[in-house]
Amino acid sequence: MMARVRVQTEDFDIGRELDALTRGRKDVGGLASFVGLVRDANDGHAIGGMTLEHYPGMTEKALEDICAQAHARWDLIDTLVIHRVGTLVPGDRIVLVGVASAHRGEAFEACEFIMDYLKTRAPFWKKEDTASGPRWVEARASDDTAAERWKG
Amino acid sequence: MVTLLYFASLRENLGCSREQLALPSGNATVSSLIDVLRNREGPWTQAFAPGKTWRVAVNQNMADLATPVKAGDEVAFFPPVTGG
Repeated sequence: MMARVRVQTEDFDIGRELDALTRGRKDVGGLASFVGLVRDANDGHAIGGMTLEHYPGMTEKALEDICAQAHARWDLIDTLVIHRVGTLVPGDRIVLVGVASAHRGEAFEACEFIMDYLKTRAPFWKKEDTASGPRWVEARASDDTAAERWKG
Repeated sequence: MVTLLYFASLRENLGCSREQLALPSGNATVSSLIDVLRNREGPWTQAFAPGKTWRVAVNQNMADLATPVKAGDEVAFFPPVTGG
C-alpha cells in the first residue's frame, strides 16, 4: 500500500502534488482529487481568517490510518493527504486529497471517504476570526452523518 | 505518572496544555482520571461535568471512559474535531 501524508504550515502546489502521484506509472486510469479552501463566511458570520490547531503525532497517525482503510476497501494505487495548520485567510487552501486508481469509480469513492473520515477522526481544530472576536468552530452533525454512510 | 494533554477550546478553558499526573490507585482507566480532574476547582469541574462533550485519546489512539491507563501513557482530551 502507498500513502503519502503531510501536515504543514506552508501552501502546496496542486499540480505538482497530483503529478507526483502518477509520475512514471502506466497503470493509473483515474486520479480523483479534493481541495478544501477557507471561506470568507460561516454560519452567517464574516470570517477574516482562521487558525488551525492539531495534535502533532496523532494527526499523522490518524491520516495514515484513514488512507490504510481506503486502501483496504478499494483497489487503489496511491493516496495523498496534505493538511495545513497555523494561520490561514479566506481563499487559502487548507487540504488536498488525491487518489490514484485504475478506474475512476474507485478513485472518486475513496476520495470522498478519506475526506469524510478526516473531518470526523483527524485531530484538527479550527478557530475563526469574526467581527465579534475569535471563536472555535463547532463540530457539525452533518459531518458525522456523512462519515456514517461508509459503515456496513 | 501519566502525561495529560489538552487541545483547542478545552486547553483555553483550562489554561493548561500539558501536565503530569500521578496515576490513581487500582486499575486506572480514563474514567478514574476524569474523576480526579472533575474534583479540581473552577473550570475543571465545568469542563468535565457529566453531559459535557469531549473526546479522549490514549497513546494517540481514540479511546473511551473504559480504556485502561498505565504509567507512562499519554492521555489527550479535546473537543470534537473540525478539520478539513
